[in-house]
Amino acid sequence: MSRTHKPKLAVWKFASCDGCQLSLLDCEDELLAFAEVIQIANFPEASRAVIQGKYDISLVEGSITTSHDAERIHKIRRQSKILITIGACATSGGIQALRNFTDVSRYTSIVYANPSYISTLNKSTPIRDHVYVDFELHGCPINKYQLIEVCSALLHGRAPITPSHSVCMECKRKGNVCVMVAHQTPCLGPVTHAGCDALCPSYNRGCFGCYGPKETPQTSSLAKKWKEIGATNDDIVRAFRGFYSYAEPFRKESEAYEEE
Amino acid sequence: METKNQKQRILPAGEFNVFLKALHEAGYETIGPTLQDRAIVYDKISSTSDLPVGWSDEQSAGFYRVYRTESPLLFDYNVGPHSWKKYLHLPNLLLWKAKTNGGGFSFIEDDKSVGKQAFLGVRACEVAAIRKQDKIFLESEFIDSAYKKRRENTFIIAVNCTKAGANCFCTSMNTGPYAHSGFDLALTEIIDGNRHFFFVEIGSATAEIVMNKMPELELASRHDSTLVQNNMREVSYAMGKSIETTDIQRLFYDNYDSNIWEEIANRCMNCANCTMVCPTCFCTTVEDVTNLTGTEAERWRRWDSCFTMDFSYIHGGSVRPSGSNRFRHWITHKFATWHDQFDESGCVGCGRCITWCPVGIDVTKEIKSLQKSKATV
Ligand code: SF4
Ligand code: SF4
Ligand code: SF4
Ligand code: SF4
Ligand code: SF4
Repeated sequence: MSRTHKPKLAVWKFASCDGCQLSLLDCEDELLAFAEVIQIANFPEASRAVIQGKYDISLVEGSITTSHDAERIHKIRRQSKILITIGACATSGGIQALRNFTDVSRYTSIVYANPSYISTLNKSTPIRDHVYVDFELHGCPINKYQLIEVCSALLHGRAPITPSHSVCMECKRKGNVCVMVAHQTPCLGPVTHAGCDALCPSYNRGCFGCYGPKETPQTSSLAKKWKEIGATNDDIVRAFRGFYSYAEPFRKESEAYEEE
Repeated sequence: METKNQKQRILPAGEFNVFLKALHEAGYETIGPTLQDRAIVYDKISSTSDLPVGWSDEQSAGFYRVYRTESPLLFDYNVGPHSWKKYLHLPNLLLWKAKTNGGGFSFIEDDKSVGKQAFLGVRACEVAAIRKQDKIFLESEFIDSAYKKRRENTFIIAVNCTKAGANCFCTSMNTGPYAHSGFDLALTEIIDGNRHFFFVEIGSATAEIVMNKMPELELASRHDSTLVQNNMREVSYAMGKSIETTDIQRLFYDNYDSNIWEEIANRCMNCANCTMVCPTCFCTTVEDVTNLTGTEAERWRRWDSCFTMDFSYIHGGSVRPSGSNRFRHWITHKFATWHDQFDESGCVGCGRCITWCPVGIDVTKEIKSLQKSKATV
């Protein structure tokens, strides 16, 4: 990226919990350096001062769940040189993509007193399904160090280091004892995208899959292993139907274990 | 009169702390087996109370469990998830750091001093694995300075296995259970009637220095040495697994197109656990990172694995895009192409890849299937 001016950054929100944008504010120590090299032009969560586009970098959080948002994302794309999606919602549809497995009215009728006021799409879809995305950063929420890494890489014209291999590699580099082999605790690590530094296995918990499917995930073999160590079909459906339920490899695996 | 070997001594088990103290006095930090998170892993130890006395392990493909025993043995288990490579060939290593200064940049000196470390409880297969990594990092055209520094400061105390693990096949790979060389000291733990002692073999001049820091140990008798030999023979017979290594290179080169690879790819998750736990796997990736302002840069080296897509990424994509390609590559490297590269096998038969493969893929079984499929052609 040319360094003749401070690149302008915008942060956009779609259907999401704000957790990913907050990881930017959470960068405390690095925030000053961030402001030194990037002009935060549009970030309502941090400041009401909005500088008009175009933007050099747009960070997009959240999934598309309304027809209004399906329009809005195109506008944002037009205003953005580089568009980066952040988090499970923006990259896969998020937890709200659970509606994609049924009729959304089944949820609205339970959740809202007057479901007739709710105008929503039947599916929650990732940003990539609507516009071209330059880079996807995974996680629920994203790891703030990875966010800084992606921004630094962009600023200095190098490739970001966000490997798409398994969580197991991070787990093993840390010297953790494998919870699945040594404790028979079901773990999604072997099919999950790295990025969290094996947070849960480091505390003797199985991986919940919050960074979504890794490259070439072999989910069916893992599901068989889960059954061997006592997981039920329901457990398997629920595990794959978490933060990344609508990401294809996880979706297919959960469907394979869904009871008729 | 029986002539005794000056290099074979007897250390009563009750004196083990005296031995550890001698190591500390000689300036070594002692690292050995400890019980953590329900597994036996390597960590710093200061006295015998840090050792997993009264614990043993049970292993099978994709399964590991520790259990309580009544035994007073200090080393009543086989290898766990860690290998010594984590102390010699670090999982994450900062290669260098640099900082901009005016027009150019300068390197920031890091404290790279390495202390003296003594590895306690190095199994014969692990001694062999360290020798294999020595060959890669120290005995080729390019010497790995980071490895060299650590290796030169390392004192190896082998402990011969007095039981074999269910996934062990060191006898097939000619690496164990008895360590013939490659150590500073080798210990065999023996209980003979009411005697509980270590048969000590002195393997280096450095070891003599350490031994001089403690009261002189009595010389071992012919009887003691026979006890060790018998024990080693029993362990060899009890070996959990075996493979036939005759023509093993041909086996892989002739079966490049076998449909076995596709079948394995249905089970193998390309998760890379096997390569991470393997004590001989040496591959790394290099990462260059900058800070936000671009005033500092770091180069890190991390353990990598041939199971990732990035590993074989070249312009246009990954050379080994499928799971079957990658599994075939890993097992072929371990058992066949390593011979072409380093004139020996890449496997020492420790069984870790079998135990710690979450879905229990067993290299000895897969080799047998290949051998069988070949026999029917
Ligand atoms: S604990 Fe989970 S993430 Fe860690 S190595 Fe085992 S399966 Fe992989
Ligand atoms: S053989 Fe096992 S440990 Fe190795 S990559 Fe395949 S599934 Fe993972
Ligand atoms: S290939 Fe498996 S058995 Fe052989 S040395 Fe590596 S981890 Fe041990
Ligand atoms: S098996 Fe793979 S990770 Fe291990 S040394 Fe060979 S290429 Fe490297
Ligand atoms: S492979 Fe041999 S030397 Fe290694 S732990 Fe097993 S029995 Fe001991």
